[in-house]
Amino acid sequence: MFRRLLLAACAVVLPTLAQAQGTLRIGMTAADIPLTHGQPDQGFEGNRFTGIPLYDGLIQWDLSAADRPSTIIPALATEWTVDANDRTRWTFRLRQDVRFHDGSPFNAAAVVWNVRKVLDREAPHFDPRQVGVTASRMPTLRRAEVVDEFTVVLITTEPDSLLPINLTNLFMASPTHWAAKRAAVATAEAAWNAFAADPSGTGPFRVTRFVPRERLEMVRNDNYWGTRARLDRVVLLPIPEATARTAALLSNQVDWIEAPPPDSVPQIRSRGMTITQNLQPHVWPWQPCFTPGNPMTDVRIRRALNLAIDREALRTLLGGLMVPAQGTVAPGHPWWGNPSFAIRTDRAEARRLLAEAGYGPQRPLTLKVQISASGSGQMQPLPMNEFLQQDLRQVGINIEFDVIEWNTLFTNWRNGCAHASARGAHMTNVSFAAMDPFFAMVRFWDSKMAAPVSNNWGGFNDPRFDAMVSEARNAFEPVARDAALARLHAAGVDEALFIWIAHDVAPRAMSPRVRGYVQPQSWFVDLRLPFIQ
Amino acid sequence: MFFYLIRRLIYAIPIALAVGFVCFMLVQIAPGDPINAIVPPDAPQEVVEQVRRDYGLDKPLPIQFGIWLMKVLQGDLGRSLATGRTVWSDLHSAIGNTLMLAFSASLLGFIMGCILGGLAGTFRGSILDRLAVTIAVAGVSVPHYWLGMVLVIIFSVQYNVLPAMGAGPGGSADWVWNWEHIRHLVLPSITLAVIPMGIVTRTVRGIVAEIMNQEFVVALRGKGLTGWGVFLHVVKNAAPNVLAVLGLQLGYLMGGSILVETVFSWPGTGLLLNSAIFQRDLPVLQGTILVLSLFFVALNLLVDLVQTALDPRIKRG
Repeated sequence: MFRRLLLAACAVVLPTLAQAQGTLRIGMTAADIPLTHGQPDQGFEGNRFTGIPLYDGLIQWDLSAADRPSTIIPALATEWTVDANDRTRWTFRLRQDVRFHDGSPFNAAAVVWNVRKVLDREAPHFDPRQVGVTASRMPTLRRAEVVDEFTVVLITTEPDSLLPINLTNLFMASPTHWAAKRAAVATAEAAWNAFAADPSGTGPFRVTRFVPRERLEMVRNDNYWGTRARLDRVVLLPIPEATARTAALLSNQVDWIEAPPPDSVPQIRSRGMTITQNLQPHVWPWQPCFTPGNPMTDVRIRRALNLAIDREALRTLLGGLMVPAQGTVAPGHPWWGNPSFAIRTDRAEARRLLAEAGYGPQRPLTLKVQISASGSGQMQPLPMNEFLQQDLRQVGINIEFDVIEWNTLFTNWRNGCAHASARGAHMTNVSFAAMDPFFAMVRFWDSKMAAPVSNNWGGFNDPRFDAMVSEARNAFEPVARDAALARLHAAGVDEALFIWIAHDVAPRAMSPRVRGYVQPQSWFVDLRLPFIQ
Repeated sequence: MFFYLIRRLIYAIPIALAVGFVCFMLVQIAPGDPINAIVPPDAPQEVVEQVRRDYGLDKPLPIQFGIWLMKVLQGDLGRSLATGRTVWSDLHSAIGNTLMLAFSASLLGFIMGCILGGLAGTFRGSILDRLAVTIAVAGVSVPHYWLGMVLVIIFSVQYNVLPAMGAGPGGSADWVWNWEHIRHLVLPSITLAVIPMGIVTRTVRGIVAEIMNQEFVVALRGKGLTGWGVFLHVVKNAAPNVLAVLGLQLGYLMGGSILVETVFSWPGTGLLLNSAIFQRDLPVLQGTILVLSLFFVALNLLVDLVQTALDPRIKRG
């Protein structure tokens, strides 16, 4: 009898225990809670912590595996096709069993409402603050139309096969919840502020407490349409100072910190904590200037720079927290292609190329690089750049640095290298995300993207590359699109259009109590997977 | 006294306007583009220009200043470019947190400074004096953030007896005066207290030593007063000057705690300014600097008034 009672008690209690998997406290690098109204700021850290956990897009990144590049998978849309006769029209079939956190249904009208919030200036809920972080990430999307309750058409300005990838940046907020907020306040702007304080999406977590600048608390959404999270609760804490983040982890105030400083890694490990890392679609490069007469227009010099750098030694300097870059994407990636120029350390070949280009001991080459002393995604810019300076001196290249503040370097990036703000720099050192083909390659190598339109800072202009970009944008079968992008990437490596140095590995430090965590090859993580033991 | 108060308040108006102008222009001439707080660097130019127009950042600077000033005069400090929240909503909670930290640090610094300075002034030339002076010099010389990090390493990381960051287990919004919350205040307060402690120590030491040499002290002793009796007279004479120093220190602590608040992730005006600087969030920067400057002006006025009340020798015409 006693045994039966015990078994019955276990049967009731154990499933509850299995589900109740604790509270995860995360120390972010951001100085404030990223925006919670559905289109986060604070770069991809915002998407990581207040985008993906609270909201879903029509399409999302597959963040379930660590051993392969993250690719797109269906989310709120189950399938999509482009119109064979008019390739600016995309039809999306929507998932039918989805509800927002406020209980209202997700449907085609909600998709149109969310497109209009950033693209239709006449819409009552248009929010200029969300435009910057959204419109730039889906440059060709123009509008949306309802076909039926669960079918929607998205229309682009020109044929663009990259649209599905871009749509991972458009999160679906609840129109019903926004309308309720709007009814209580005087303006749409105030309604969005009220919505941000009490957001409603369809994501695996929902917000329960928001203290601006201090903390965001979210609990598991038990009505989530997909696989539910294992954690009960997640607490996000902005801790911008790296030493403070480390101290918070070591004193058990948080369970997980972003970007531990490399010199604290041995101490963190010695306390039984885990350091996680994986290749991230991130590039830490020197981007050359192609103005006429600039030595960087000579491919031999660009190749020589790529060959003169000992990236393995740089990795040692960073305590192992980087992957040597051989291109914008790593070998094995669908867009890697088959470049004939192999980026490696070969100083003899570098010297030979320089001599061929007319430079040597009698005529040393002096180049100027604009760099920052710090900055998001910049890793350890000063020691890394000084390391490169020393490496390049060995092949007879003198590097001078123009060290400027991070925000200013960003601003200059848009101005282009012919602008006065470049102060005659031959290269700039701005790291970037490479998850999406537009951000990885198109904006740098398409002549239409020359500054100030986008980030073709060097003013690179080669009709062959323009044609390859166009070919990729017009390849609507995923396999054909990837093949076109691979050709574009291989050509970029062969022309040595960047001095590729490193990929970041997104280091995180965690308490041993955090289990089940998977670090994908992505800027994002799936917070449904970890739990606290 | 009343007319003095009115006159000082009138003087404060041009000071406030000048402060407002300097605040506005300083952040404008800093390098970088505030639009980067709103749009990512890879945004197309048309989006950048549209957002610039939406926020009125395309207007000439004098017009932007005029619009800002008119709003400020109506009590509207504007909205954060980065978050869209009103500057005042962020500032008012931040000021509360910074005041809490500044007051506790000032109090600690004041008490420690008075004790050390009093002892040093009374026993001038002794080992006690030299020890107090050494502590005072160390207090004003040690970098805040370094001391903060050392304290965190010892008390949070090594012994785990005090928290390393934050303003309470649930944040500052639900602050209550119990040990669970006060323990978050201990390390930042000690870190911030060392400078006022050093300055007050040196001030009190000098004043006490000077007063102790004055004839009236000899007279007091001649009348038969000893120990506490003399001490109370010395304190009464030293108080106005010490108070003036403390008032200024409180003002400095209100605005000068950027590094300490960043090291401890203390959600005050320092941390607010720090993130606003990095995000080029001009309305937050302008509003915060303006309010802190006005606070400093008001604090000076208050100190003057209290000094007058305490010391009848100070005449205000």
